[in-house]
Amino acid sequence: MSANDALAKDTHEADAVGIEAHRPYLMRYALLQLRDVTAAEDAVQETLLAALQASSRYAGKSTVRTWLTGILKHKIIDHVRRQSRETPLEEDREARIDPDADVANALFAEDGHWHEFPSDWGAPDRSFESKQFWEVFEMCVQVMPPRTARVFVMREVLELSTEEICKELAITTTNCWVLLHRARLALRACLEHKWFKT
Amino acid sequence: MRMIPTCREATELLSQAQDRPLTVREKFTLYVHLPLCKGCRNFREQLSFMRQAVREYLRR
Repeated sequence: MSANDALAKDTHEADAVGIEAHRPYLMRYALLQLRDVTAAEDAVQETLLAALQASSRYAGKSTVRTWLTGILKHKIIDHVRRQSRETPLEEDREARIDPDADVANALFAEDGHWHEFPSDWGAPDRSFESKQFWEVFEMCVQVMPPRTARVFVMREVLELSTEEICKELAITTTNCWVLLHRARLALRACLEHKWFKT
Repeated sequence: MRMIPTCREATELLSQAQDRPLTVREKFTLYVHLPLCKGCRNFREQLSFMRQAVREYLRR
Protein backbone atom coordinates (compact mmCIF):
# COMPACT_ATOMS: atom_id res chain seq x y z
CA MET A 1 0.00 0.00 0.00
CA SER A 2 1.44 3.39 -0.93
CA ALA A 3 1.54 6.18 1.60
CA ASN A 4 -1.27 7.94 -0.27
CA ASP A 5 -3.48 4.86 -0.22
CA ALA A 6 -2.85 4.42 3.49
CA LEU A 7 -3.82 8.01 4.12
CA ALA A 8 -6.98 7.60 2.02
CA LYS A 9 -7.92 4.49 4.01
CA ASP A 10 -7.43 6.23 7.36
CA THR A 11 -9.38 9.24 6.18
CA HIS A 12 -12.19 6.91 5.20
CA GLU A 13 -12.15 5.29 8.64
CA ALA A 14 -12.56 8.71 10.18
CA ASP A 15 -15.81 9.34 8.26
CA ALA A 16 -19.29 9.05 9.76
CA VAL A 17 -19.63 5.28 9.35
CA GLY A 18 -16.13 4.54 10.58
CA ILE A 19 -16.58 6.77 13.61
CA GLU A 20 -20.01 5.38 14.50
CA ALA A 21 -18.58 1.87 14.73
CA HIS A 22 -16.64 2.89 17.84
CA ARG A 23 -19.74 3.96 19.77
CA PRO A 24 -20.08 0.77 21.92
CA TYR A 25 -16.45 0.97 23.00
CA LEU A 26 -16.75 4.67 23.82
CA MET A 27 -19.93 4.03 25.82
CA ARG A 28 -18.17 1.40 27.92
CA TYR A 29 -15.28 3.77 28.52
CA ALA A 30 -17.59 6.65 29.50
CA LEU A 31 -19.86 4.51 31.68
CA LEU A 32 -17.01 3.24 33.79
CA GLN A 33 -16.13 6.81 34.68
CA LEU A 34 -19.50 8.52 34.78
CA ARG A 35 -21.69 5.72 36.18
CA ASP A 36 -24.70 7.39 34.67
CA VAL A 37 -26.14 6.27 31.35
CA THR A 38 -27.47 9.70 30.35
CA ALA A 39 -24.21 11.48 31.17
CA ALA A 40 -22.24 8.78 29.34
CA GLU A 41 -24.49 8.98 26.27
CA ASP A 42 -24.11 12.76 26.25
CA ALA A 43 -20.33 12.58 26.46
CA VAL A 44 -20.16 9.99 23.67
CA GLN A 45 -22.56 11.95 21.48
CA GLU A 46 -20.52 15.13 21.95
CA THR A 47 -17.38 13.17 21.15
CA LEU A 48 -18.77 11.74 17.91
CA LEU A 49 -20.04 15.17 16.84
CA ALA A 50 -16.72 16.82 17.63
CA ALA A 51 -14.94 14.04 15.75
CA LEU A 52 -17.12 14.48 12.66
CA GLN A 53 -16.55 18.22 12.66
CA ALA A 54 -12.83 17.70 13.03
CA SER A 55 -12.47 14.60 10.85
CA SER A 56 -10.43 16.56 8.32
CA ARG A 57 -7.97 17.21 11.13
CA TYR A 58 -7.59 13.50 11.88
CA ALA A 59 -3.98 13.09 10.83
CA GLY A 60 -3.86 9.31 10.68
CA LYS A 61 -1.02 9.36 13.20
CA SER A 62 -2.93 7.18 15.65
CA THR A 63 -5.79 4.74 15.18
CA VAL A 64 -9.27 6.22 14.92
CA ARG A 65 -10.15 4.62 18.25
CA THR A 66 -7.20 6.23 20.05
CA TRP A 67 -8.10 9.56 18.49
CA LEU A 68 -11.76 9.27 19.57
CA THR A 69 -10.77 8.12 23.07
CA GLY A 70 -8.58 11.20 23.37
CA ILE A 71 -11.56 13.45 22.58
CA LEU A 72 -13.83 11.51 24.95
CA LYS A 73 -11.28 11.78 27.77
CA HIS A 74 -11.53 15.59 27.54
CA LYS A 75 -15.34 15.45 27.56
CA ILE A 76 -15.24 13.22 30.66
CA ILE A 77 -12.73 15.47 32.44
CA ASP A 78 -14.97 18.49 31.67
CA HIS A 79 -17.88 16.59 33.17
CA VAL A 80 -15.88 15.62 36.29
CA ARG A 81 -14.84 19.26 36.71
CA ARG A 82 -18.44 20.45 36.59
CA GLN A 83 -19.44 17.67 38.97
CA SER A 84 -16.70 18.45 41.49
CA ARG A 85 -17.70 22.12 41.48
CA GLU A 86 -21.23 21.08 42.35
CA THR A 87 -20.32 18.40 44.91
CA PRO A 88 -16.77 19.10 46.13
CA LEU A 89 -14.69 16.15 47.30
CA GLU A 90 -12.36 18.35 49.31
CA GLU A 91 -12.63 16.51 52.61
CA ASP A 92 -13.15 12.95 53.53
CA ARG A 93 -16.03 13.79 55.81
CA GLU A 94 -17.81 10.47 55.39
CA ALA A 95 -14.93 8.38 56.65
CA ARG A 96 -14.11 10.67 59.56
CA ILE A 97 -17.64 10.68 60.89
CA ASP A 98 -18.37 7.08 60.08
CA PRO A 99 -15.29 4.81 60.34
CA ASP A 100 -17.31 2.03 58.67
CA ALA A 101 -17.14 4.07 55.48
CA ASP A 102 -13.43 3.25 55.40
CA VAL A 103 -13.19 -0.20 53.87
CA ALA A 104 -9.69 -0.63 55.34
CA ASN A 105 -11.16 -0.60 58.87
CA ALA A 106 -13.35 -3.53 57.92
CA LEU A 107 -10.57 -5.54 56.30
CA PHE A 108 -7.82 -5.11 58.88
CA ALA A 109 -7.74 -5.81 62.62
CA GLU A 110 -6.67 -3.04 64.98
CA ASP A 111 -3.12 -4.41 65.03
CA GLY A 112 -2.98 -3.95 61.24
CA HIS A 113 -3.27 -7.60 60.26
CA TRP A 114 -5.66 -8.88 57.61
CA HIS A 115 -8.88 -10.32 59.04
CA GLU A 116 -8.85 -12.64 56.08
CA PHE A 117 -5.71 -13.11 53.94
CA PRO A 118 -6.09 -12.40 50.23
CA SER A 119 -6.14 -15.81 48.59
CA ASP A 120 -4.12 -17.01 45.63
CA TRP A 121 -6.03 -16.33 42.40
CA GLY A 122 -3.96 -18.75 40.33
CA ALA A 123 -3.89 -17.57 36.70
CA PRO A 124 -6.53 -14.83 36.96
CA ASP A 125 -6.18 -13.57 33.37
CA ARG A 126 -7.94 -16.75 32.20
CA SER A 127 -11.10 -15.01 33.48
CA PHE A 128 -10.79 -12.41 30.70
CA GLU A 129 -12.39 -14.98 28.38
CA SER A 130 -15.52 -15.14 30.50
CA LYS A 131 -18.49 -12.87 29.90
CA GLN A 132 -19.68 -13.46 33.49
CA PHE A 133 -16.35 -12.26 34.83
CA TRP A 134 -16.85 -8.89 33.17
CA GLU A 135 -20.36 -8.62 34.60
CA VAL A 136 -18.91 -9.19 38.08
CA PHE A 137 -16.08 -6.73 37.37
CA GLU A 138 -18.53 -4.03 36.27
CA MET A 139 -20.69 -4.63 39.32
CA CYS A 140 -17.66 -4.44 41.64
CA VAL A 141 -16.65 -1.05 40.22
CA GLN A 142 -20.23 0.20 40.42
CA VAL A 143 -20.68 -0.67 44.10
CA MET A 144 -17.64 1.34 45.21
CA PRO A 145 -18.58 4.49 47.16
CA PRO A 146 -18.88 7.37 44.65
CA ARG A 147 -15.84 9.45 45.67
CA THR A 148 -13.64 6.38 45.85
CA ALA A 149 -14.78 5.20 42.44
CA ARG A 150 -14.29 8.64 40.93
CA VAL A 151 -10.64 8.80 41.95
CA PHE A 152 -10.01 5.18 40.96
CA VAL A 153 -11.38 5.61 37.46
CA MET A 154 -9.56 8.91 36.94
CA ARG A 155 -6.37 7.06 37.76
CA GLU A 156 -6.96 3.74 36.00
CA VAL A 157 -9.23 4.62 33.09
CA LEU A 158 -8.30 8.21 32.28
CA GLU A 159 -4.73 7.39 33.35
CA LEU A 160 -4.29 10.75 35.05
CA SER A 161 -1.40 11.09 37.51
CA THR A 162 -2.26 11.55 41.19
CA GLU A 163 -1.02 15.17 40.85
CA GLU A 164 -3.53 15.80 38.07
CA ILE A 165 -6.34 14.14 40.04
CA CYS A 166 -5.57 16.25 43.14
CA LYS A 167 -5.65 19.37 41.03
CA GLU A 168 -8.93 18.50 39.29
CA LEU A 169 -10.70 17.53 42.52
CA ALA A 170 -8.92 19.98 44.84
CA ILE A 171 -7.90 17.26 47.31
CA THR A 172 -4.51 16.59 48.90
CA THR A 173 -2.10 13.97 47.55
CA THR A 174 -2.44 11.99 50.76
CA ASN A 175 -6.20 11.96 50.42
CA CYS A 176 -5.83 10.81 46.85
CA TRP A 177 -3.59 7.88 47.89
CA VAL A 178 -5.99 6.96 50.68
CA LEU A 179 -8.93 6.86 48.24
CA LEU A 180 -6.95 4.81 45.70
CA HIS A 181 -5.89 2.37 48.39
CA ARG A 182 -9.51 1.94 49.49
CA ALA A 183 -10.68 1.51 45.92
CA ARG A 184 -8.15 -1.24 45.28
CA LEU A 185 -8.91 -2.99 48.56
CA ALA A 186 -12.63 -2.84 47.80
CA LEU A 187 -12.32 -4.03 44.19
CA ARG A 188 -10.00 -6.83 45.25
CA ALA A 189 -12.30 -8.03 48.02
CA CYS A 190 -15.31 -7.87 45.71
CA LEU A 191 -13.60 -9.84 42.92
CA GLU A 192 -12.39 -12.40 45.41
CA HIS A 193 -15.80 -13.00 46.99
CA LYS A 194 -17.96 -12.67 43.90
CA TRP A 195 -15.68 -14.44 41.44
CA PHE A 196 -12.43 -16.10 42.46
CA LYS A 197 -13.79 -17.85 45.54
CA THR A 198 -17.11 -18.95 44.12
CA MET B 1 6.79 3.66 60.16
CA ARG B 2 8.20 0.67 61.98
CA MET B 3 10.99 -1.42 60.45
CA ILE B 4 8.49 -4.17 59.74
CA PRO B 5 5.23 -2.62 58.57
CA THR B 6 1.84 -4.14 59.38
CA CYS B 7 -0.19 -5.69 56.56
CA ARG B 8 -2.31 -2.56 56.43
CA GLU B 9 0.76 -0.35 56.03
CA ALA B 10 2.29 -2.75 53.52
CA THR B 11 -0.83 -2.64 51.35
CA GLU B 12 -0.79 1.18 51.50
CA LEU B 13 2.76 1.17 50.14
CA LEU B 14 1.98 -1.48 47.50
CA SER B 15 -0.98 0.61 46.36
CA GLN B 16 1.11 3.80 46.23
CA ALA B 17 3.78 1.97 44.26
CA GLN B 18 1.25 2.00 41.41
CA ASP B 19 1.14 5.79 41.54
CA ARG B 20 4.61 7.01 42.50
CA PRO B 21 8.15 5.69 42.96
CA LEU B 22 8.67 4.46 46.52
CA THR B 23 11.56 5.76 48.60
CA VAL B 24 14.46 3.44 49.39
CA ARG B 25 13.25 3.22 52.97
CA GLU B 26 9.74 2.25 51.89
CA LYS B 27 11.10 -0.37 49.50
CA PHE B 28 13.20 -1.74 52.32
CA THR B 29 10.23 -2.13 54.67
CA LEU B 30 8.37 -4.06 51.95
CA TYR B 31 11.46 -6.15 51.37
CA VAL B 32 11.27 -7.13 55.03
CA HIS B 33 7.51 -7.67 55.15
CA LEU B 34 6.68 -9.47 51.90
CA PRO B 35 8.74 -12.65 52.30
CA LEU B 36 6.95 -13.19 55.60
CA CYS B 37 3.46 -12.58 54.31
CA LYS B 38 1.73 -14.60 51.60
CA GLY B 39 -1.45 -12.49 51.94
CA CYS B 40 0.38 -9.29 50.99
CA ARG B 41 2.26 -11.04 48.18
CA ASN B 42 -1.10 -12.13 46.77
CA PHE B 43 -2.33 -8.55 47.18
CA ARG B 44 0.65 -7.24 45.21
CA GLU B 45 -0.08 -9.56 42.31
CA GLN B 46 -3.75 -8.70 42.39
CA LEU B 47 -2.95 -4.99 42.11
CA SER B 48 -1.28 -5.46 38.76
CA PHE B 49 -4.01 -7.88 37.71
CA MET B 50 -6.66 -5.22 38.44
CA ARG B 51 -4.78 -2.61 36.41
CA GLN B 52 -4.52 -5.10 33.55
CA ALA B 53 -8.23 -5.94 33.91
CA VAL B 54 -9.24 -2.30 33.44
CA ARG B 55 -7.20 -2.12 30.20
CA GLU B 56 -8.69 -5.40 29.04
CA TYR B 57 -12.22 -4.28 29.92
CA LEU B 58 -11.82 -1.25 27.68
CA ARG B 59 -10.09 -3.10 24.88
CA ARG B 60 -12.66 -5.91 24.50
